[in-house]
Amino acid sequence: MTTVTKPDPAPKDPVSTDPFLSVRDLYVRFATEDGTVKAVDGLSFDLERGETLGIVGESGSGKSVTNLAILGLHNPRNTTIAGEIMLDGQELTGASNRTLERLRGNKMAMIFQDSLTALSPYYTVGRQIAEPFMKHTGASKREGRARAIEMLARVGIPQPQTRVDDFPHQFSGGMRQRAMIALALVCDPELVIADEPTTALDVTVQAQILDLLKDLQQETGTSIILITHDLGVIANTADKVVVMYAGRAVERGTTREILKAPEHPYAWGLLSSIPRLTADVDVPLSPIPGTPPSLLNPPSGCPFHPRCAFVEKVGGDRCSTERPQLPDGRGSACHLTTEQKRDIFIEQIQPRLR
Amino acid sequence: MSEEQQKPSLEKGATADAAPEADKAVPAQRPETGERLLEVTGMRKYFPINGGFVFQRRVGDVRAVDGIDFHIDKGEALGMVGESGCGKSTTGRLVTRLLEPTDGKVAYAGQDITHASRRQLAPIRSEIQMIFQDPYASLNPRQTVGNIISAPMEINGINPTGGREKRVRELLETVGLNPEHYNRFPHEFSGGQRQRIGVARALSVNPKLIVADEPVSALDVSIQAQVVNLLQQVQKELGIAFLFIAHDLAIVRHFSQRIAVMYLGKIVEIGDRESIYVKPRHPYTHALLSAAPEADPDDKGRERIRLAGDVPSPINPPSGCRFRTRCWKAQDLCADEEPPLIQLGGSSEGHLTACHFPEEPTVTARAEDIILDPALAGAEEAADKTL
Repeated sequence: MTTVTKPDPAPKDPVSTDPFLSVRDLYVRFATEDGTVKAVDGLSFDLERGETLGIVGESGSGKSVTNLAILGLHNPRNTTIAGEIMLDGQELTGASNRTLERLRGNKMAMIFQDSLTALSPYYTVGRQIAEPFMKHTGASKREGRARAIEMLARVGIPQPQTRVDDFPHQFSGGMRQRAMIALALVCDPELVIADEPTTALDVTVQAQILDLLKDLQQETGTSIILITHDLGVIANTADKVVVMYAGRAVERGTTREILKAPEHPYAWGLLSSIPRLTADVDVPLSPIPGTPPSLLNPPSGCPFHPRCAFVEKVGGDRCSTERPQLPDGRGSACHLTTEQKRDIFIEQIQPRLR
Repeated sequence: MSEEQQKPSLEKGATADAAPEADKAVPAQRPETGERLLEVTGMRKYFPINGGFVFQRRVGDVRAVDGIDFHIDKGEALGMVGESGCGKSTTGRLVTRLLEPTDGKVAYAGQDITHASRRQLAPIRSEIQMIFQDPYASLNPRQTVGNIISAPMEINGINPTGGREKRVRELLETVGLNPEHYNRFPHEFSGGQRQRIGVARALSVNPKLIVADEPVSALDVSIQAQVVNLLQQVQKELGIAFLFIAHDLAIVRHFSQRIAVMYLGKIVEIGDRESIYVKPRHPYTHALLSAAPEADPDDKGRERIRLAGDVPSPINPPSGCRFRTRCWKAQDLCADEEPPLIQLGGSSEGHLTACHFPEEPTVTARAEDIILDPALAGAEEAADKTL
């Protein structure tokens, strides 16, 4: 891939129904001293061009691992990956390192959570931004530097001509995160994976960065996977949402569907446990009892059943023996019937949300 | 800090600072008398920066806390919000006297503890307890839960009837843990459970004031609510006053009756919950509230303010009003003169704001969004043109 310009993303057949990114039955397992960790257990989702997919889940739900698997950044020694990851018609799970190297930073890029550890302290910010551009487009050093300055200006770094020669430690937290966005977008990638991009930032800076990411997406038509634990961040930025629990997708839908009419008891729990700026302060929060399970030995059947308040409604031992399937499109992996879900949501959950 | 004397008969513990309309929002829940428990005046903490080779000279100061006044009444929860580096954690440590203030005065129950010695502090230490942010770092991994929770009693020479072990088991039950876990070690517990151990430890000496420094920010979303509810239950049932330090505006609102907003070592606005969240006056409070993400796709009625850049360094803070470098209303006066923390006309009783040009007391959307970030403004202008 040493051509100077990247091929236009448009030549793909516009009537094709294949989604831009399609993940099917993804399994990621880590071999550890204590046994096999089933970090991702049968995950499927699709992402269209120009769309933002939010992946919500708590720590250990497998959301970050999924994205390391897409980028091929896992450690191949102790990781087994099964399933299918198709990016724009190209299979990634079995792809060679060379293929992945050509894609990473070029067609797909990543924004990490902690910009201080993700950027190298040894190189200037400008050099780190220029490097992938030079590698993927064959540009010269001078062109790379010019591109780095252009990118820094685009993400709102003041005086980019001088700041381009600064080291990461000379930047503030918010500026470093901007520099990381510049680094991710330098080759105009078609897929950007943002793993908790604003968790380490202050609220006012978080709002700036999220809006900037959204605006840049509108300009470039990039697809974004936004990994977060914060439903507020999702509400502002994502089009579609996948809720993950214990390595599995438990619910899928548009942002509005997930936040306004969630179906899975875990999503109900998440929504009713967060305080809101306008909620009645005298109503106590309704937390989810218990703690997230260990992925070394996840619960049988539905992984959420030990914490779920509606196991009796399903009856029998279905919840603990039979794994509920997540239907394609809008839906949730739960044994409750659609009517039961609707009734419980309207009678018990909705009053808690306002 | 207008009224010093409160009539003990005042119901609901509504202090002079609680406005009448806030009383409706905060129903009777605190049995206390509205008496001052903690009074802080002009408190400052400068951390010296030393430079130079061989002879370390003092070359400057980090002005972590730079002259703040506030008070906490008995049984009341004061929330403290602000971004990183605003001095809220330092304030917590000064109040517990883990740090000694550079200047100003800290009075606990009428007694000046600003420069009190260890010996003088000993009896007070059992009344002011702290809950820390990181439940992994704040518990000694080599001690059993029983030892951890009974240590404060041991140090303070407290011998409850029935023995310390019985008391620890009671406390474990209070915080929602199994009393059988007395002999376990911290690593056997999850983050949320560890934080409960931290709460039990703080409660072991029957404190009157608990300083909770970001007590839930290290926890998962579903666990945060468990701990917030536990703290709230403790506050209401045992009537313990709280200084609740957090950066999450929604959690602070949920927990505290009064809220102080800090920016670069100063309190820029303080007032009861309703007036801060519904009728804020300081531009920074407006910006902070508008930036808080809400999990509601229909959340369009709120104003949208996007500041530019980051918080300036506390080593060399801006002159005059510290927020002026990021404020859309700043004028020459703001650079020359520091605005005092006063009650503005139109604000409710006890709602103090430090601003020369305060905003309208509302958070509803403005005719035009305030976008100070140049990159953001540029991108949005471009988007508007293409539409």
